[in-house]
Amino acid sequence: MSETAPAEDDIHARQVRKFKVQDMLFHQITLVFAFIVLAALAGILISLAVEAMPVLKQFGASFLWTNVWNVPEDQYGALAAIYGTVVSSVIALLIAVPVSFGIALFLTETCPVWLRRPLGTAVELLAGVPSIIYGIWGLFVFAPLFSAHVQPALQALLGDVPVVGGWFEGPPIGIGILTAGIVLSLMVIPFIASVMRDVFETVPPPLKESAYGIGCTTWEVVTRIVLPYTRVGVIGGIMLGLGRALGETMAVTFVIGNANRIVGSLFAPGTSIASTLANEFGEADPGLHISALFALGLVLFIITFIVLALSQWMIRRGVAKQGT
Amino acid sequence: MNLYSRRIWTNRMGIALSMLAMAFGLAALMWILWTLFYNGFSALSWEFFTQDTPAPGSEGGGLRNAIVGSLLIVGVTTLVSTPVGILAGIYLAEFGTTSKFAAATRFVTDIMLSAPSIVIGLFVYALAVATLGGFSGWAGSLALSLIAIPVVVRTTENMLRLVPTSLREAAFAVGAPRWRVSLNVTLRAVKAGVVTGILLAIARVTGETAPLLFTALNNQFYSADMSQPMGNLPVVIFQFAMSPYDNWVSLAWGGALLIALLVLGINIVARVLFRKKTQA
Amino acid sequence: MPAPTYHDDEDEAVLAIRDLNFFYGDFRGLKSVSLDIAKNRVTAFIGPSGCGKSTLLRTFNRMYDLYPGQRAEGRILFHGRNLLEKKQDVNLVRAKIGMVFQKPTPFPMTIYENIAFGVRLYERLPKSEMDDRVEWALRKAAIWEETKDKLQQSGLSLSGGQQQRLCIARTIAVKPEVVLLDEPTSALDPISTAKIEELINELKSDYTIAIVTHNMQQAARISDFTAFMYLGELVEFGKTDSLFVKPQKQQTEDYITGRFG
Repeated sequence: MSETAPAEDDIHARQVRKFKVQDMLFHQITLVFAFIVLAALAGILISLAVEAMPVLKQFGASFLWTNVWNVPEDQYGALAAIYGTVVSSVIALLIAVPVSFGIALFLTETCPVWLRRPLGTAVELLAGVPSIIYGIWGLFVFAPLFSAHVQPALQALLGDVPVVGGWFEGPPIGIGILTAGIVLSLMVIPFIASVMRDVFETVPPPLKESAYGIGCTTWEVVTRIVLPYTRVGVIGGIMLGLGRALGETMAVTFVIGNANRIVGSLFAPGTSIASTLANEFGEADPGLHISALFALGLVLFIITFIVLALSQWMIRRGVAKQGT
Repeated sequence: MNLYSRRIWTNRMGIALSMLAMAFGLAALMWILWTLFYNGFSALSWEFFTQDTPAPGSEGGGLRNAIVGSLLIVGVTTLVSTPVGILAGIYLAEFGTTSKFAAATRFVTDIMLSAPSIVIGLFVYALAVATLGGFSGWAGSLALSLIAIPVVVRTTENMLRLVPTSLREAAFAVGAPRWRVSLNVTLRAVKAGVVTGILLAIARVTGETAPLLFTALNNQFYSADMSQPMGNLPVVIFQFAMSPYDNWVSLAWGGALLIALLVLGINIVARVLFRKKTQA
Repeated sequence: MPAPTYHDDEDEAVLAIRDLNFFYGDFRGLKSVSLDIAKNRVTAFIGPSGCGKSTLLRTFNRMYDLYPGQRAEGRILFHGRNLLEKKQDVNLVRAKIGMVFQKPTPFPMTIYENIAFGVRLYERLPKSEMDDRVEWALRKAAIWEETKDKLQQSGLSLSGGQQQRLCIARTIAVKPEVVLLDEPTSALDPISTAKIEELINELKSDYTIAIVTHNMQQAARISDFTAFMYLGELVEFGKTDSLFVKPQKQQTEDYITGRFG
């Protein structure tokens, strides 16, 4: 065995030292950029909390459940905005979940193979349409039609039913919380449908085949086998849609009516956190008003953070099942 | 009705409803696109691209300043978010397989992908606008970058994870240092996927309105100065659509069509590019 | 059972493996392996799947370093230095001890750049010398005639067998002393396999070659020495002729006669 290293090792050794430094730099640089991403989220939370401090000091936790928004007298409470945000999102989900389930079922089970790709792509493209387009369409096209034809019909049909009738009271002006919910539902359908389709596709074919093998119909396979198997992922997809709906600004601001109050009727104009911010922030006076808006932003961020964190956790669990 | 025929009937109903849902989704898409084209095309003209946004109550006008502003803001966003996103994505894929820090970053990135964009506008307002002297194109780009970066990070990481281990090992086997393996071999192998991610990020931010409302603000006049408030398509559409002037509303439709075409176009290019490269 | 060690005065050992243990987390993948890899000879490693033959090969260029949780203990002496030492630079090891993988792994760049990439890491050559080096390596790997007119095309445009020879060319372009081959023909058709085997035979005059193969006939055809491994242990190691004709151990005989594995 030769004990002397080849002469060229000296050149190599220098090169190798250079590599070491470069690799260390590379590691550190990429680390810094990853850190920036992490720091951005912390930064958002901290800056919102700092800016919201004056209002939170003034009103305390009661900011969350006070139904007042009086700019001239500097009285602020988030209840009306939270109410509008939650109610419009719930309406959106009530419509979007069954429709998305139908679309996912169609795309994975009954759609002819040659149509699967184009239709799937169409759904994904729909998810890419900017929300401002939904908003402007909602304001100019959907709301007038809705007030002229659908709202009177709803009132005629359900107006006299106890409790439920109250939801459909008032003049059919086309814009309001119900309209916002419907426009939102169109916006979140593509998101929920694509996640559902993706998790449906994780069901192992042998599992479905054995169900078909004992004579199950497509409907039975989907509701008894696919849905229970993918339950966690499906809920994750719905939560993702909910997260989107809660934080959506443009699709809502155009059609919700922007009235900072709570009215029992879904026909009445209302507001959401995001649309309050969009409407008032640009002209807000420094001081308590702007701080109140930051506090609204903080509330929205925390709500969506929790919803999205749950959704990520569930989607990941739903997809991980594939491996087991 | 016996059990068997009831089962068959339920199945038929289910299938029919699923088809109905699909038809509903497609119909909504068609309806929105149709009104967009119908109202948008009539607004497009030579003046649309050559004149600036009109003052309240004045006739005519176009969206030149807003189009240029949007291009500048989105352009700067792309230049910022591409390197940041790719490098952070490389970190997650190369060095972050096991560390807690990487897991946290990954989680945060996933949240940021769907976080309310208006909150990001608020953050940038507090960070840059209130402290550094006012609304500006730069602030707008910063806000959009915070939305684009997570998209680039996650696609880069996911693509890099698809690289066969043997290719990475082969690059190490010729004695290459880690940074060369990453930049010259694995990143190059997934170039198409990463470019797709960048295109999708651009498509996403092109239509974003909320984060620009309190950062870039708006500017009625032509300006290419990024340190000043800057006109941009989404905010102009928002303001004009809500206005009482007919020519403003018409311009808003034209702008909406322009943005929709851009976003859909970029989406389609991204898909075609990705499909072609991954099939080759 | 003490691991058999091969010493032969005629042959100079390039790699001397001593008491090598390897761990995947808690699992011990190699158990006290000791043997010499002789200079300018072909040494083949055979054995059933999971016996540790690939693991052993991957310790020679410290490929396992890429994965947390994998570690090696013992010594691998190369020019008198222990490759497993912490301070030993792995890039340098890998430049001196090249490796070719089971599946062809052309880099996503032109054929020319595939070869030049590794050379540029350690040498700064003028364009004309680099051209010469690329041609030399491609000729050495018997693929020059097929590629000389399309050096600027992507390495991925070649067929599987050609890609594998490109990878061999890429490995020897760096002028290593040892070439490690990890089942280099298992993904190839018989004609490509024959070409690669022929190539290995020619290369051994300049390089020391260690090859892992699941194909006993291949080991018999191309190697000078053969090591039979089983369950992480080196069962038998010796001249290929004698090992296949007159195995010393029952396990070896069972394996080469096809009674298991």
